[in-house]
Amino acid sequence: MSPEAAKQLATALAIGLGVIGPGIGIGIVAGKAVEALGRNPDAEGSIRATMILGIAFTEGLAIFALVIALLIRFT
Amino acid sequence: MLHISIKAEPIFRVYGFPVTNTILLSAAVFVFFVALALFYSFQIRREEKNRLFYLIHFGLNFIYGLFRSVFEDKINYFFPLLGTFFFFILLNNWSGLIPGVGTLLVKTSESRHETLVPLLRGGTADLNTTLALALITVVFSQYIGIKTLGFFAYIKRFVNFKSPMAFFTGIIETVSEFSKIVSFSFRLFGNIFAGEVIIAIMAFLIPVLISFPFLLFEIFIGFIQAIVFSMLSAVFYNLAMQKADH
Repeated sequence: MSPEAAKQLATALAIGLGVIGPGIGIGIVAGKAVEALGRNPDAEGSIRATMILGIAFTEGLAIFALVIALLIRFT
Repeated sequence: MLHISIKAEPIFRVYGFPVTNTILLSAAVFVFFVALALFYSFQIRREEKNRLFYLIHFGLNFIYGLFRSVFEDKINYFFPLLGTFFFFILLNNWSGLIPGVGTLLVKTSESRHETLVPLLRGGTADLNTTLALALITVVFSQYIGIKTLGFFAYIKRFVNFKSPMAFFTGIIETVSEFSKIVSFSFRLFGNIFAGEVIIAIMAFLIPVLISFPFLLFEIFIGFIQAIVFSMLSAVFYNLAMQKADH
């Protein structure tokens, strides 16, 4: 397999597999936030702020995978 | 040809110090930010205030409310730093989306394998900027922990000889502080740099109008990443001020 082909394959695998975990994680976080909002609509501000924080943490992991994919592709 | 480089390219040198395209745009954003701040401070004393003043005031109130939910009472001590983080990161994120940034190419004598490099590039799309911001945040959280709790009470969070379990927890806490630096810098860098790359690649795939929704998405992401960086810093400062009790 030529290096070019390996690079393209590596890029696709890196980003594809790397986003599975955070995708499921963000779904869980947002789902629990919506559930908590349904049970207690008064705490909307606090729930929303905590949900954004949780989503940012898990999205960071997906971004790590994206950075590695870009590094493989462009250097 | 598609121009994507992870590193920022130097445009010229000043006594041997390389001035990169991100430094140029960051300096322009800095001057704009100072002008905005001076405008705000002049307008606040007048009777008839400008409409732009009310817009900035609304933004400041919004951010102040966000941070007050984290801090409750010590907000006034932290708000200068956190507000600066928010506005600096927001303006730098959005400045990378201005038409002309990344597309105006200039021929420099610095570039080795390409002859033309972009003249301007978003400030936070450079790992140096985000690393500096991450270092400021993490070092300041150590400082605020030591200042609030005292040096020995704060060190007890990392070096704890009460039991083997607590000792390993302390080691994990130490490693976690370093991983915070990596996490802060790479989250911001990755989001903004990936946004730039996506806009450029989409324009290459379908040259007509396809970059427009991605541009809107990047405006939103720039805003969210500024909020996330400052909120995360606020949460970590709060955490550093708590007593380490087990």
